[in-house]
Amino acid sequence: MNAATIRFDGATVRYSGANRNAVENVSYDVRGGELLVLLGPSGCGKSTLLRTVNRLVPLASGRVEIDGSDVNGLDAVALRREIGYVIQAVGLFANMTVAQNVGVVPSLLGWKRDEIAARVDELLHLVGLDPATYRARKPSALSGGEAQRIGVARAIAGRPRALLMDEPFGAVDVVVRTALQRELVRIVSELHTTTLFVTHDVEEAFRLADRIVVMRDGRIEQSGEPFELFDNPATPYVRQLVHAGDDVYRRYFARGRELLRSS
Amino acid sequence: MNYIAAHPLRVAELALAHVELVAAALVVAFAFALPLGVLAARRPTIAPWLLGALGAIYTIPSLALLAVLVEAFGLGFAPIFVALVVYAQFMLARNVAAGIAGVDPAQVDAARGLGMSPAQVLARVEFPQALPVVIGGVRVAAIAMISIATLGGYVGGVGLGVLIFNGLTLHQPQMIAAGAIAASAMAIAADALLRLAER
Repeated sequence: MNAATIRFDGATVRYSGANRNAVENVSYDVRGGELLVLLGPSGCGKSTLLRTVNRLVPLASGRVEIDGSDVNGLDAVALRREIGYVIQAVGLFANMTVAQNVGVVPSLLGWKRDEIAARVDELLHLVGLDPATYRARKPSALSGGEAQRIGVARAIAGRPRALLMDEPFGAVDVVVRTALQRELVRIVSELHTTTLFVTHDVEEAFRLADRIVVMRDGRIEQSGEPFELFDNPATPYVRQLVHAGDDVYRRYFARGRELLRSS
Repeated sequence: MNYIAAHPLRVAELALAHVELVAAALVVAFAFALPLGVLAARRPTIAPWLLGALGAIYTIPSLALLAVLVEAFGLGFAPIFVALVVYAQFMLARNVAAGIAGVDPAQVDAARGLGMSPAQVLARVEFPQALPVVIGGVRVAAIAMISIATLGGYVGGVGLGVLIFNGLTLHQPQMIAAGAIAASAMAIAADALLRLAER
């Protein structure tokens, strides 16, 4: 149940007042349990496409399906409770403790108090934070890396069918980012949760992705496994983006993938 | 002070009525101002019009507004009560709107994205964080209302204004001073109390 398939079918988004579509006729099948990276420059529509899945952004035309059901036919609030959501700015609720933040979706789902407490401790362990130390802290007392660990824990607390991550590690330093990437790869492979991960960072895409979708001007430029793109770039844009043909980069990207997956 | 010393029960009775008038008006005013403030925060296009209109009402001289309300409601409790409710709208609604608009947009995005309904986003994330600013509005409104409520004595209402206007009629400066001092003390106390609550 936590490895939903997601299907984009001619998905098109137009923001009011804009003179072109933010997302233009995107069709793509996301496999259950895969970590799919949406890669592209800012303004390419990758975040907008991500936000159509949990209906934070409405479609102008086309459809998005999760496990075969059109998301527009589902109750938006109920749908969002079944889909984890992590953003770059984290957005931990400043008026709540760490435990209340992590427990927010279980509490919305009506879990019992002791179930929530147990789940919070389990998740703090999962993201590498000691529950006794962090449970009662306020978000203002966390470092950027700690805050985003909590952000990830909060997103998966309700055992979501899918996880949406919008440049989640963009605001933390390189060392912390690598640690967070390692944990994400471990968590996704452990939980087998279908994950859509938005980034503009090619290196990050190569490190994390099962498959990459390169976007540009609202359209899919090319998609495939990381080294498929590297070895067979379909357009000059992709060739340049991934540094295709440069063997130093190939080894560098490969090393990055190993780095996250070695114990 | 001589009047207060000579008639402590009379002053206390009027002071209590004054507090009751202001408190009741504050509660009713907040019931209107909360949705108006939320509306202003949600709709940036209509916010200037809405707050502008409330601000315009706020600039009407209180005695003039009271005269109109006496025409409508007659003498007694009603005109001053309604005047207080109307006056407070600007200060209360403006601070509700400012408090909500000041909440980190990332937290609101996360709240929606994680599946809070609009009412839950407001109750669990926005309003708790807006609270200090909202209480700031309540404080400013309460002080103004304590002062304006003295006009109630002029329209046959209740409260410390009775001392002030009876003192004027009877040429009793001691009585006027008693009403004025008690009302000022009340305003200062309300200010101090609500400043504590803002923290």
